[in-house]
Amino acid sequence: MARLVRICAVMGLAAACANAGAAQDLRVPDSAVAGEQTSISTTGSGKATFYLAGPGVSRKNEVALGQEVRLTGHDLRDAGYYLAILCSETCRSAGFYVSAGKAASLSFIVHPSRVPVAQDEAVNGVAFPFDQYRNLVLAPVNVNFRLNTKDASLFSRAIRTQNGVAWFRTASGKSAGALQVVASLDDLTTRRAVQQVASDPCNLRITGQRTKTGILVQTEPVHDCSGNVLPDGTIVTFTATGPEGRDTVDAPIKQGIARAQMDSSGATTISVASGVVMGNEIRVGAQP
Amino acid sequence: MKYALPVVLVAVTAALMVLGLYGTGQAGGTVGITKGSALHTAKADSPDQGLANLLAEVQRRNWDRAFADVSSSSGITEQAFIQDWMGSNGSLRSFSSLEGFDARPLHATNDEAQMRVRLHFSTPVGPLEDVRDFRLIREADVWKAVWPKIQVPSTPAEVIPVTFLRWDLVAGGADEEWGARNIDAPHVRIISMNAVDTAAGAVVMGEVTNEDTVPAFVAVNATLVDAGGNAIDQESSFDKIAHVLLPKQVTPYRIDFPNLHLRNVKNVRMDEKATLVPASADPVIGVMNQRIETDVQGKSVLHGDLLNQGGQTVNIPHVIASFYDNNGKVVWVSDGYVDRALLPQSSQSFAVEIPKNLSTAVHSFHVVVNQYSLGKS
Repeated sequence: MARLVRICAVMGLAAACANAGAAQDLRVPDSAVAGEQTSISTTGSGKATFYLAGPGVSRKNEVALGQEVRLTGHDLRDAGYYLAILCSETCRSAGFYVSAGKAASLSFIVHPSRVPVAQDEAVNGVAFPFDQYRNLVLAPVNVNFRLNTKDASLFSRAIRTQNGVAWFRTASGKSAGALQVVASLDDLTTRRAVQQVASDPCNLRITGQRTKTGILVQTEPVHDCSGNVLPDGTIVTFTATGPEGRDTVDAPIKQGIARAQMDSSGATTISVASGVVMGNEIRVGAQP
Repeated sequence: MKYALPVVLVAVTAALMVLGLYGTGQAGGTVGITKGSALHTAKADSPDQGLANLLAEVQRRNWDRAFADVSSSSGITEQAFIQDWMGSNGSLRSFSSLEGFDARPLHATNDEAQMRVRLHFSTPVGPLEDVRDFRLIREADVWKAVWPKIQVPSTPAEVIPVTFLRWDLVAGGADEEWGARNIDAPHVRIISMNAVDTAAGAVVMGEVTNEDTVPAFVAVNATLVDAGGNAIDQESSFDKIAHVLLPKQVTPYRIDFPNLHLRNVKNVRMDEKATLVPASADPVIGVMNQRIETDVQGKSVLHGDLLNQGGQTVNIPHVIASFYDNNGKVVWVSDGYVDRALLPQSSQSFAVEIPKNLSTAVHSFHVVVNQYSLGKS
């Protein structure tokens, strides 16, 4: 807050002096790059007070008119608008813009961290180039996005940044597993990983057989429609309807197959479901 | 005159002592009397009095005296009798106490009587009610209860190989690069919702599923909105939902809005919240022999047996059932706690009630089991 007040005071001072007739003058650089030194030339003679106010700096020092005022890289670390003020008997001011330097890091966000396979526009990523002082590089640059699975390339495209942002959106692949997502800019590379997981079960089928203690029912290997095995732990619900009533078991898939033991001794109809997906229905005869 | 105050104090104290001895009737609050205390109990010269004496002693947890009111022909030990009331294995009954009871005779002769008792328990999950039939016989001139033999599930000593699945969470360090290792919350979806009016208020219910491949802790909230777009009330599913959902698991939920009616409601805003939690796929609990029956009180009740197919004790099983009409629409969600622990490879029966006005509309149902295990939940 105190800093803001100081800047406002300096700007007020500059505004008050802007039109005043004076012997001294200053000339700011046409372009400046964050973190690089530059200079402001002055005219006139004698001593003057120099003020510099910017996004990350507020400084005051005595200068000799007619000589250059050197601005160090440290003074100009933060990109943005700077105001230089030179006061002797009167004050003169000029503003200049410091732009971000060359991209030195690439921040990259990818969403989601897990995605079902074969989903349209399911994976998206956003990249932000920053210079070494963490200024967002607003000048357009090309960011290359690449999405690779273990054995295939899903997507590769160069996207030009707009206002410092480049982004993509694409479909997920067909096979479960890690999806490497890479954003690169010149020699900068940032990697992220998205876990592609099996989608809903497809063609869920069960078989059952009578045992001494009831009916052992199990699924065939449970796959999604792209042929990926559903992960272990996925719940499959078996429902057996017989003369004794209804039995239900929520059994997790283990090694691709879900199994359940049903108690029913009479003729029984068994159905299966996983989430909102229904499977086939089988009938098992009564215990002999 | 100087003796008046001491005399009054002594008289009041004596009156209070007498009131305390004779005033502990049935259906009182739980009385914390230590074992073996010598309180007066009326002679059990009728079946009602015999049963009242027994249950009053149970309320006081005065087990010696309570067991003395049980007929020796019952053939059970005092230990088994106590365990029947006190529960074991960290079950809900272990944390409950008999708060009161209402008894009514069903049948009586000179030597034998049948009584139906509605037992009111106070428990950590709210009041529970149990209806039991007691048989009483006259021994000499005293009525005593015949206690049924208690079937305690016994699991033979065995090794149960369980290759169960478990999900653990590893938290990333705070110094990691921004966006480098974020893990999304599980994706859950409300697959059905129905709002109905009941005598007690509005009820919002339905089903929610975990569509993800990781376990989720799910809570469903509903906000009732009036015609002006203002929120009238907001409630959550609280314990009427299975909060931990494994991948592709479906649970019913029910959200009660006491004393609110749908005629004042224009819109219902649903909001499901899911967070990633560590979870285990064990034990698997089968819900067997499910059938809708009419109980002794004429109520429609869904009965069944829970079968623990795993190797771990489930201390407090909780059953949640959704009931569907002919069109597959959820018309009611009921839940009930089982007050006995579910031991490995053993079963426990359960019952959940269906409202009378819906009993004819119910076409099918789906039951899920919520499990609380000590040291795990």
